[in-house]
Amino acid sequence: MSQHMIDRNEGGGEIAVIGALLGVGVLWALTTAARTVDPLMQVHAFIFLAAFVLGGIALGAQVYSGTDANRSDYQFGVVKAGVIATMFWGIAGFLVGVLIASQLAFPNLLYFDNLPWTNFGRLRPLHTSAVIFAFGGNALMATSFYVVQRTSRTRLAGGMWPWFVFWGYQLFIVIAATGYLMGVTQSKEYAEPEWYTDIWLTIVWVSYLLVFLGTIWKRKEPHIYVANWFYLAFIITVAMLHIVNNLAVPVSLTDTKSYSLFSGVQDALTQWWYGHNAVGFFLTAGFLGIMYYFIPKRAERPIYSYRLSIVHFWSLIFIYIWAGPHHLHYTALPEWAQTLGMTFSIMLWMPSWGGMINGLMTLSGAWDKLRTDPVLRMMVVSVAFYGMSTFEGPLMAIRSVNSLSHYTDWTIGHVHSGALGWVGYISFGAVYCLVPWLWNRRGLYSKALVEWHFWISTLGILLYITSMWVSGVMQGLMWRAYNSFGFLEYSFVETVEAMHPYYMIRALGGAMFLTGALIMVYNLWRTARGDVCEKELTPQHTGEDAGVPGGVAAPARMGA
Amino acid sequence: MAENEKDIDEHSGVETTGHTWDGIKELNNPLPRWWLITWYICIAISIVYMVLMPAWPGIHGYTKGLRNHSERANVAAAMADLEAGRNETLKKLLLVESVGDIEQDSELLQLSMAAGASLFGDNCATCHGSGGQGFVGYPNLIDDDWLWGGTFAAIQQTLQHGVRADDPETRINLMLAYGRDGMLPREQISDLVEYVTSLSGGEADAQAVARAAPIFAQNCASCHGADGKGIQAQGAPNLTDAIWLYGGERKNIRETLQNGRGGVMPAWTSRLSDEQIVALAVYVHSLGGGE
Repeated sequence: MSQHMIDRNEGGGEIAVIGALLGVGVLWALTTAARTVDPLMQVHAFIFLAAFVLGGIALGAQVYSGTDANRSDYQFGVVKAGVIATMFWGIAGFLVGVLIASQLAFPNLLYFDNLPWTNFGRLRPLHTSAVIFAFGGNALMATSFYVVQRTSRTRLAGGMWPWFVFWGYQLFIVIAATGYLMGVTQSKEYAEPEWYTDIWLTIVWVSYLLVFLGTIWKRKEPHIYVANWFYLAFIITVAMLHIVNNLAVPVSLTDTKSYSLFSGVQDALTQWWYGHNAVGFFLTAGFLGIMYYFIPKRAERPIYSYRLSIVHFWSLIFIYIWAGPHHLHYTALPEWAQTLGMTFSIMLWMPSWGGMINGLMTLSGAWDKLRTDPVLRMMVVSVAFYGMSTFEGPLMAIRSVNSLSHYTDWTIGHVHSGALGWVGYISFGAVYCLVPWLWNRRGLYSKALVEWHFWISTLGILLYITSMWVSGVMQGLMWRAYNSFGFLEYSFVETVEAMHPYYMIRALGGAMFLTGALIMVYNLWRTARGDVCEKELTPQHTGEDAGVPGGVAAPARMGA
Repeated sequence: MAENEKDIDEHSGVETTGHTWDGIKELNNPLPRWWLITWYICIAISIVYMVLMPAWPGIHGYTKGLRNHSERANVAAAMADLEAGRNETLKKLLLVESVGDIEQDSELLQLSMAAGASLFGDNCATCHGSGGQGFVGYPNLIDDDWLWGGTFAAIQQTLQHGVRADDPETRINLMLAYGRDGMLPREQISDLVEYVTSLSGGEADAQAVARAAPIFAQNCASCHGADGKGIQAQGAPNLTDAIWLYGGERKNIRETLQNGRGGVMPAWTSRLSDEQIVALAVYVHSLGGGE
């Protein structure tokens, strides 16, 4: 093992660059705050200003204390921060999700005449962005920073840059979230933040790409591990999608409002090219990166097929990028584009399933562990949900199926089987693995609590997606029901009334998922403190705990 | 491990690729056959679909496909078909002498009810509720209390021309803002609140009621009638039936006297055809208290 023989890192040259960047940021924020006539822009300029000043102070403290320069061990401090941020934003995002699910069931909930902040319209993007970009994004950043170091046997490149990426990304989340609450939005689904927030994210994201590439560049392994291909595809493609979809002209440089470069159906297609591939590359490719490291690690089995991983990687990223038009079936989008969107979605089915096969078959020889290791079970169930929703997706992309499912709750159910089942569970599994490794604990505080988490939230997911299937299909059938005289059978409001019970079940399912996550946070907190649940301190358990991967692939001495 | 030595996984007996990353190895298993075959089938289906349907863009247009399919043309034709069919049957509603004939003829009645329910859901339910039950400020259509009359003709006229709508023949009435416009002093309005409360049998201050009687006669009776029972021709509500459009508590009545009222119902002739209005009138007439 040569994990301690990592070469010396580059010096502190990056600190001057980051400092200069923060200085420019301070100047920009001050000027904008002084000149703007837009009160919302002023609020945001002050938030930017505070963040840049704090960043400067932290950087100064770093220079003064002289630590962290020329370190050769793994950079796990930023991974720890990422794990904490993942769970923090996760709870926030799930909570807002339960809130808006309840608002759909009970529309007057938190409705105030003079307070727009708590309206469904403002909270909905808060929920989607918090769970996708804040929870999912932090999970991806934290795990990618961990995995790329371990599988390249080298410290993260760029010295302080990983910290810049981490805190810069949190700043993006805060600006986006406060913007939604105040009503700053460019009204593009999953791309709501306005132009200046987009520019900031671009800076952060390009830094992320460079840190990741730099680490791969100086790797000590002859080959790049498959998880890193997926992470890299995710980072590069999301940068491209983000930049193109957010091309816009601001009303003025001191105003929050901007207008998209695209209009009409071109705008719609660009938006869904972005939106679909945000699913494809953020929520699929990125999380496959997590799967490809944490499942074989936890199961202590080799990846099932190297060849399959190559073929499904390239076919996935080549085909996914074409499938966006299936979001615009039966719209003003030309029919030929709809055909391409549908057929490429069908051809995408098997490439998606390649990841599922490689994940599940890696368990061969270790299936018995599903009985005893709830963390591994969570990740395997996650892969099963991945398989289910990547079958459902192509199915719903078929035009005739889509004519029933489009605009209904079926779509919401589909998205959540992927989001709660796949993205949520693989992230939970990875974090359950990471916390004992990062905090140097022998195992989790309590395995029983992981069991509780697993069963409560699995039931919650099932309630969520089954209620949305039923309500979605019912909704679609009610919308298209004609009577014998050629008139619509139901008015719109009747369909809304009919969905009420399913909306209550959905909110309950979401609340159960949130409950499970809260149990997890408690468990992780106790683990990080170094506690071990007394009830589980039987000889049998201590024996088993020693077999947890943390002990097997003895991690290198943990960095700050 | 040496590069040229084969590394065999003990459990499966399959060779690995020979690399190890942080303890993770990869087996050299071939692509699963069923996976590959299913994928080829998906690709074949997709290619056939692309050949049959509009698919690939070119410089001047796009490939039309062997089936020469056009969703846009199909939708236009289907909509035209549906409209034609509906209009043909709905025309029968204009041929009858009176609404009574529609209500006697089961086919016409069913037709009007089907069309009316659909039109009501799309156009009226937003204000009057999906069952016509109304909301505060939006009249209930299923009781027998009618502001402008509940006969078929009266309902039809209200639908056609609306109330305070942008229409030359619209129905207009006015509940004046007696307090806000300084027409009555505050004490007299308080007395009137008691008087109006007493009209529908509510408990009221007898002295105030006595003081308000001449004020009512002078200011209110011209529209609401000397007995407060309202005058439908003028759209003046009955104040004695304990059915309230804006609420019957003292604070609601005071609000009405203070600031006046003036709800609006749109005129539907610009949006709905004559046949549709007949169907809707039949439907509303049937909802409850049609006269």
